[in-house]
Amino acid sequence: MKHMLKLFLLLPLFWAVPAHAIDVMDVVKKANHMSYYQAGDGRAKVNMRIIDAQGRTRVREFIILRRDDDDTDTRQRFYVYFNKPADVKKMVFMVIKNMDRGDDRWLYLPALDLVKRIAASDERTSFVGSNFYYEDVSGRGINEDTHTLVKEDDNYYIIKSIPKDPQAVEFASYKSWIHKSTFLPIKTEYYDAAGEKLRSYSALKVDMVDGYPTVTASSMEDHRTGSKTLMNYSAVKYDVGLPENIFTERYLRKAPRKYLR
Amino acid sequence: MVRITALLCLIFIPQSLMAQEIKLPEGLGDLSAMSQTVDEAAGLPFDLSGFLENRIGTRLQKDANEKDTSIGEMRLQVGIEKEFDSLTFNLVSDFIYDPVQDRYAVDLETGQGVVDLREANVVFSPLDFMDVKLGRQILTWGTGDLLFINDLFPKDWNSFFIGRDDEYLKGPSDAIKTALFFGDYNLDIVYVPRFDADRFIDGTRLSFFDRAQGSLSGRENPVLANFPNKWFGDDELSLRFYGSIGAFETALYYYNGYWKSPAGQNFATGLAEFPKLQVFGASARGPVGKGIGSVEVGYYKSADGAASNPLVRNSEFRFLVGYEQEIGTELTGSVQYYLERRSDYDQYVASLPIGAIQDRRDRHMFTLRLTKLLMQQDLRLSLFNFYSPSDKDGYLRLKAAYKIRDNITAEIGGNVFYGQKIYSFFGQFKDNSNIFAALHYDF
Repeated sequence: MKHMLKLFLLLPLFWAVPAHAIDVMDVVKKANHMSYYQAGDGRAKVNMRIIDAQGRTRVREFIILRRDDDDTDTRQRFYVYFNKPADVKKMVFMVIKNMDRGDDRWLYLPALDLVKRIAASDERTSFVGSNFYYEDVSGRGINEDTHTLVKEDDNYYIIKSIPKDPQAVEFASYKSWIHKSTFLPIKTEYYDAAGEKLRSYSALKVDMVDGYPTVTASSMEDHRTGSKTLMNYSAVKYDVGLPENIFTERYLRKAPRKYLR
Repeated sequence: MVRITALLCLIFIPQSLMAQEIKLPEGLGDLSAMSQTVDEAAGLPFDLSGFLENRIGTRLQKDANEKDTSIGEMRLQVGIEKEFDSLTFNLVSDFIYDPVQDRYAVDLETGQGVVDLREANVVFSPLDFMDVKLGRQILTWGTGDLLFINDLFPKDWNSFFIGRDDEYLKGPSDAIKTALFFGDYNLDIVYVPRFDADRFIDGTRLSFFDRAQGSLSGRENPVLANFPNKWFGDDELSLRFYGSIGAFETALYYYNGYWKSPAGQNFATGLAEFPKLQVFGASARGPVGKGIGSVEVGYYKSADGAASNPLVRNSEFRFLVGYEQEIGTELTGSVQYYLERRSDYDQYVASLPIGAIQDRRDRHMFTLRLTKLLMQQDLRLSLFNFYSPSDKDGYLRLKAAYKIRDNITAEIGGNVFYGQKIYSFFGQFKDNSNIFAALHYDF
């Protein structure tokens, strides 16, 4: 009875909150989930075209396998098998994304049969020479920024994020357009302290894959250098059933063909 | 009951039907610039890869025992991979035109001649927890960066010193590798039925200090060696037992075979010899601070009686500790400290003939590596320096590699040896200091 009373006392508080309002952290969490943690695992073939200001194009192509340790949207493993360019063909880059410390990373060089443990690098450096940063590919910790919902329209939540440690990153803030019904970030713009646009990300195509809304084409443009990278996902598959041991030295040395086709 | 029905309904509604209710973002972007991925090799019944390159280099000084040209070769590498059911066949072979070496007869053991067969093997998994690789293969393990303690697979020091690509530091082994996986702990067993030596400095390409002669020696007077070459008699066994402890990778190693480069001399014939060798070692590697730290040790147990025999290298204790960290934007640095300690030093000194060069008990070495990437990672600058304060000598490797296109790389570099003594490990190679340039096309 006492409890019931408490509940009644509390109810007006809930009513006071406008019906459409949503906790910004909730949006950020869902967007993070949709971008990096859908299903327990997944695979995709990624084609990257890096186009510099002069219009010269570089191509990267790799297959990425991803497996989450659990469903808490935290620790996960990546296996990246390169097909292109030719000089990195059959190389493997493996990452265990940790929450409590830096990522564990390995590189396998087939010509030497060498499994090299590599130091975790600044997350805000280029991934394989593209305009995407490591953090764009594997996700930025949602607690590294302070998020504010600045606007909301029929389709998007527009969220402004300010880094808690400004020294650790090259931007002063960024704005994300989170699609309301899918919670996929459709646009992200990074700004410097003067408010100038540094880089911008755009989702170019969203498909429903195995029941999961998935960005299958995207771009990242660097406004300072005039270069941009187009990323194209094909052969996307979820719930692959990747065994955990794929992400071990065994399969660095012996590529798991079954999952790379 | 109602609940169960509801649940069943949920299960049987096709996922796609449910998914269609989610409105996808529309009218997003211009997709015209997206590439349609074309697989060029799709027509071939196997996977083909390789490269073609030209590499030339010259000594920075006259060497009385060698040609001025340190390297001058055209190399075609062809790699073929083919899967049949659960078998994967790998073939990687180099075809070389090398007027500097000027020997065209093929010797697959030493890699001399127009063909250097790097890999010819089949990989299969006879059991869930077992992988087997049978045939010619490149093998590497251990934690060192260009320094090896428990990796007793063949090295090609000639290639390394004249400026070939880093991959040529490793020579192939003709071996059967069995890898067993027990979950947390794994065991690799590598059996080499007939001893595979290093492609050591024998004078044909690089001059060296000949201790017996007391002078520098080169192509006119190459090292003649007596290789252990009985199939299944002069064999090698390498074991690695490894597993992770938290974020650290740890391993125990054992090797039973022969010194990989000559470490003795036959008193009667004068031929260089490869005395018996056993190695017991261990290593650990993992995150330390912002980087990766590693430590490796090994005890090299030389042939019986080595301690008091001046013609056979003594047993040794070897130690290596290293650390690598990103130190700036696209800039990585690493340092290593390495120690070789001769066992039974007093006996070694007592056994030396009068007037012979006496090595110190300890050989200390430091290495430094710096790698910088520029121009969206198209330009790679690297520096690697070995410096030994005990030998007062060292070796500096410099390289700049620029990717003109995705498949074309231009490279320039240098190998500079320095030292106070003509007989020390790096000091003896001073006349071989060289610079090189290469143009490399990948396919």
